[in-house]
Amino acid sequence: MGQIEWAMWANEQALASGLILITGGIVATAGRFTQWYFGTYSIAAGVFICLLEYPRGKRKKGSTMERCGQKYMTSVVKLFGPLTRNYYVRAVLHLLLSVPAGFLLATILGTACLAIASTIYLLAAIRGEQWIPIEPKPKERPQVGGTIKQPPTNPPPRPPAEVRKKPSVEEEGAGGPQVNPIPVTDEVV
Amino acid sequence: MGNWLVDHWLSVLILVAWLGLNIFLFVYAFLIYEKADKYFYTREILGFCNHTLRKPLDHNLTFHKLVAYMICVFTAIHIIAHLFNFEHYSRSQQAMDGSLASVLSSLSRHEKESNSWLNPIQSPNMTVIYATFTSIAGLTGVILTIALILMVTSAVEFIRRNYFELFWYTHHLFIIYIICLALHGMGGIVRAQTEDSMGESHPYNCSKSFHEWDKYVSSCRRPHFEGHPPESWKWILAPIALYIFERILRFYRSQQRVVITKVVMHPSNVLELQMRKRGFSMEVGQYIFVNCPSVSLLEWHPFTLTSAPEEDFFSIHIRSAGDWTENLIRAFEHQHSPMPRIQVDGPFGTVSEDVFQFEVAVLVGAGIGVTPFASILKSIWYKFQRADHKLKTQKIYFYWICRETGAFAWFNNLLSSLEQEMEELGKIGFLNYRLFLTGWDSNIAGHAALNFDKATDILTGLKQKTSFGRPMWDNEFSTIATAYPKSVVGVFLCGPQTLAKSLSKCCHRYSSLDPRKVQFYFNKEIF
Repeated sequence: MGQIEWAMWANEQALASGLILITGGIVATAGRFTQWYFGTYSIAAGVFICLLEYPRGKRKKGSTMERCGQKYMTSVVKLFGPLTRNYYVRAVLHLLLSVPAGFLLATILGTACLAIASTIYLLAAIRGEQWIPIEPKPKERPQVGGTIKQPPTNPPPRPPAEVRKKPSVEEEGAGGPQVNPIPVTDEVV
Repeated sequence: MGNWLVDHWLSVLILVAWLGLNIFLFVYAFLIYEKADKYFYTREILGFCNHTLRKPLDHNLTFHKLVAYMICVFTAIHIIAHLFNFEHYSRSQQAMDGSLASVLSSLSRHEKESNSWLNPIQSPNMTVIYATFTSIAGLTGVILTIALILMVTSAVEFIRRNYFELFWYTHHLFIIYIICLALHGMGGIVRAQTEDSMGESHPYNCSKSFHEWDKYVSSCRRPHFEGHPPESWKWILAPIALYIFERILRFYRSQQRVVITKVVMHPSNVLELQMRKRGFSMEVGQYIFVNCPSVSLLEWHPFTLTSAPEEDFFSIHIRSAGDWTENLIRAFEHQHSPMPRIQVDGPFGTVSEDVFQFEVAVLVGAGIGVTPFASILKSIWYKFQRADHKLKTQKIYFYWICRETGAFAWFNNLLSSLEQEMEELGKIGFLNYRLFLTGWDSNIAGHAALNFDKATDILTGLKQKTSFGRPMWDNEFSTIATAYPKSVVGVFLCGPQTLAKSLSKCCHRYSSLDPRKVQFYFNKEIF
């Protein structure tokens, strides 16, 4: 268990708790249960928690699978700096958010799950984990001509002068137009 | 789509039957509560009632996940329904308007007819939360739902792949889940009118005259109710018995002694263990679970068998890919300390005998998926040498696709030794293999271009030249189709889903309409 990053599991648990809070809240509000206004609070808290927990943090080792479309929320969550980076803050925040939902049976499950998520975040914070945003890697375009800083200063190597100054017969044989061994007629009419 | 159905009709049939049974049971139970007479008064006090039945069946991973999703869905429905129920019970208890619901609620359990109560919420002051946590059903329900949620959040793919131990240990919460599930219905909160009471004062006759139940002159008496007996244990008893039996069997099997006959350290930190165990017999493509008590007491990890059934040992190749594997490899690296003990459970896995049934076999192994093909290639070679009549294969096309050969250098050696043996037997054409390196860069390509004329490949030392990038399946399939116009070709893949899709498309495209001509059959085996 040495390499476990508790924050990753806490993140999944908190996201699930958010969804449970929203569901319980909708049931309580739609059914106009006793004290249903706690249900409305639960919906709001659930939405906030889902938005906060949706962007996954970066793993310490290895590549991290991003959630679909998380980069928009990442930029928002990043703005709060140490408030969102520090897991002690998240642990306390989740604990406080879970308390009002505990007054209603419909949302008490959300309370329990969020409290568990808060405990796991506390464990993660004690072990020194932090939320690191996943930055998109700058695309490295192969720079065409990027390595060509200056035109070459030396001419390309050529064979010695006497070879170059051979009579034109040899040149023709090497680089001149094709000499056909048998006569070829052009068939284009 | 039609082709896919033809290939998978049995799984689809089983799935449809299982879903159909679930739906039938749900509807049947629902209709009973909705319509049956003995639940008349229960229905009065509640708006409507819901009860779900679910059967945990543990067959294989996909089915397991499907069942888990269904459990989650039905748990949600169940909880929401009971939330409404409790709310209605509470309202009925608090209603002061003398309606039928409020009269029914006042049938208290403390009177001399002690089982005539209907409403579990006995006093107007009792909150639903209190009623939940002081009833067996409520308490076990909350505990088992929390256990379920913890199991689900630690089993998502991200956690499972990267922090396997967390998933493994948390998943054992299922023990708490099953115990709570068996106890869940014991309180008998869902109540029905007793048969005697119905004979005496049937709701059709007496429900309208509830003001007069207590008066002597009335022919109707107060109804008596009894709790519905718990039912979930009936469903889960058989699977639990099977599971316990299986665990005992696996434990017994794992206690058998495993003798390690050879330990080989391959390049790139790959450990090969050759072992022997009494009574162990394997087929190609199967896997075993391995436990090493000195590394971790409780963890069992699966490894594909890389030896052929014809050999007198069985072997696995372990690559360093996490805590457990690293510690295991380190334990074996210490040559002076005694060899760690190994426990083995298995072999498991669907055997694919089909591999030997095709005249022409196209085997595609991508990345780590190449491991079962070590076993298959070796087995095919042994069968070929002994002229085993069960082997119908005349020609093998083997495609090995990986990013870089580093961790698979041992497979390289296997291919080159197979190459050598085939040369000795004069059967060079039997195995045609091609290696595709998808993680190439201009350096490697330039190097390869420079050494174009050499007889053996620069990177692998094999006679076949390494290709770079991904294979162009259209070309490959058309070549094979032209070379073997009248054969049945079996295509076997162990690799990612996207590759499976493109291969199965090619199979359909290049199979000719005439059944006598070339036919490609795609087998997506997850070995």
